[in-house]
Amino acid sequence: MGGARMTAPSPYSLVIETPEGVTFSFELATPVTRSLAWAVDTAASLGLAYGASRASEILGTLSADWSTAVGVLLYFVISLVYCIVLEWKWSGQTVGKRLLGLRVIDEQGLRLQLPQVVLRNIMRLIDAPPPLLYLVGGIAALVSRKGQRLGDMAANTVVVRERRNSRPDLEQIAPARYNSLLAYPHLAARLRSLANPEAVGMAVQAVSRRDGYEPMARVELFSELAEYFRGLVTFPETVLEGLTDEQYLRSVLRVIYGAK
Amino acid sequence: MIIDLTRFVATETAYWDELDAALGKLASDPLGRMPLDEIQRLHYLYERCSADLVRIDAFSSEPQLREYLESLVSRAYSEIHETRAKKKIEWKNTALAFPRAFRRHLRAFQLSVFITLLGCAFGWFALHQDPNVKAVLLPFAGLLDSPAQRVAKEESASKDRLKGVKGTFAAELMTNNIRVTLLAMASGITWGAGTLILLFYNGVILGLVAADYIAGGQGVFLAGWLLPHGSIEIPAILLGGQAGFMLAGALIGWGENTPRAQRFRAISPDLFAIAGGAAAMLVWAGLMEAFVSQYHQPVLPYVLKISLGVCELLVLTGFLGWAGRE
Repeated sequence: MGGARMTAPSPYSLVIETPEGVTFSFELATPVTRSLAWAVDTAASLGLAYGASRASEILGTLSADWSTAVGVLLYFVISLVYCIVLEWKWSGQTVGKRLLGLRVIDEQGLRLQLPQVVLRNIMRLIDAPPPLLYLVGGIAALVSRKGQRLGDMAANTVVVRERRNSRPDLEQIAPARYNSLLAYPHLAARLRSLANPEAVGMAVQAVSRRDGYEPMARVELFSELAEYFRGLVTFPETVLEGLTDEQYLRSVLRVIYGAK
Repeated sequence: MIIDLTRFVATETAYWDELDAALGKLASDPLGRMPLDEIQRLHYLYERCSADLVRIDAFSSEPQLREYLESLVSRAYSEIHETRAKKKIEWKNTALAFPRAFRRHLRAFQLSVFITLLGCAFGWFALHQDPNVKAVLLPFAGLLDSPAQRVAKEESASKDRLKGVKGTFAAELMTNNIRVTLLAMASGITWGAGTLILLFYNGVILGLVAADYIAGGQGVFLAGWLLPHGSIEIPAILLGGQAGFMLAGALIGWGENTPRAQRFRAISPDLFAIAGGAAAMLVWAGLMEAFVSQYHQPVLPYVLKISLGVCELLVLTGFLGWAGRE
């Protein structure tokens, strides 16, 4: 194993530091999203089990006893192994987790192993005893620093939000053209240092998805974002003259990304 | 520090794409073996992307790019630093992992046996003190008759009372016993208290029934009735208890300096092997209980049933004690 160190600086993220000194983080799934995923999976496994029981009725033409026996076994096996098989085959996801954008991962960021998957699912017998729904596991997840139910603790797993896996298209954000803001390098440097990463992220999203917005909504969005950046640094009027909010925002992003 | 982010992205994109493609290939063929040069290249790409991630840290205004690089590095990290078994299941090793795991944690099994015997002694003692305790402690109405009455009824039965429902009966026994065994294991997370209570209660019932039949002079009937399935079913539940105590031991960590997560990580393959083995045993026990145990003399002579049970126990002992020894 890699000997990674784990820290959890906030209740909603798990930070892993690799032996190479690199850190990366996972956003932990909240109890609400996990409950929704569980509800979807319960419905899916019950549906599957019911379907299998009905299918076993075909055997009834040969023997009613064996038809019932196969139905009982299929119902039990499906309710027990539904999550195990899917989490194993889909690397930590079930139907519910896929729909809700969640994934089970190893607590140290390593590859999920079959014994871990089996153990965390068998532990549902304690986490979710039939009369109490998910009360035990739910309380454990709320109390746990990493949002782990008892099965997660025993199996060394955590449930995280699935990462978006797309690279930002910087060319689309800031196409190469003359940028009048760069004529004032000291103001550009000030803008770079004051810009809030979240606001920059929103501006990037707004520019990347500009064609998907309704015209009025687009005008309002760019106006609000431009107003925020104008409030950080005041460029001379002559520089801003004739620039629409959208053009201004593109120029700001180009300054922040350091492009000439 | 990165001065020009667009240039940085333009330079590094090819490496990121290459790493993404290599990881995609690994994900699509988890059982495949990579040639040495590809492994070396993967490691180089991982280190390069890790370095890029560190460099992007200085440029906090780009959360999306950071998230993308984190995703790449975390995926590569899980492949490069994972030293445990690959995804492939080797069935022969899996079958032998069961007895090996059993022997590695023999003390937990001994504790499981001890708690059950303690329950048996309590059940035996309780019946001797108050014969009416049967009505309180026994879960099945069929066991409330006197042993002599039951034996007479069973031995004089002219028709098969399980006719037409044997398969269903076997399936219900299997599922119920597997659930109880897995519960005994999972209850270990309650610092072993749940496992202890479950094993003790099982022992009480076993002791009470045994005391009742032996006191009633029906010891042979009892052995013929219980041994064909009990010689597998009872050890399976004891194995569930063993797994429960292993879990409790890892949770408590007496005399160990390793972190709790590491202790759980160390026992999880053994828990998996024991739970799987016990479940397989209970499938057999369910079949034996439905098709053999419920038939008595003169249909099935007791000597045959007892011999069968003893043989099963010997085979199980041999398997758990010697299979897969290195």
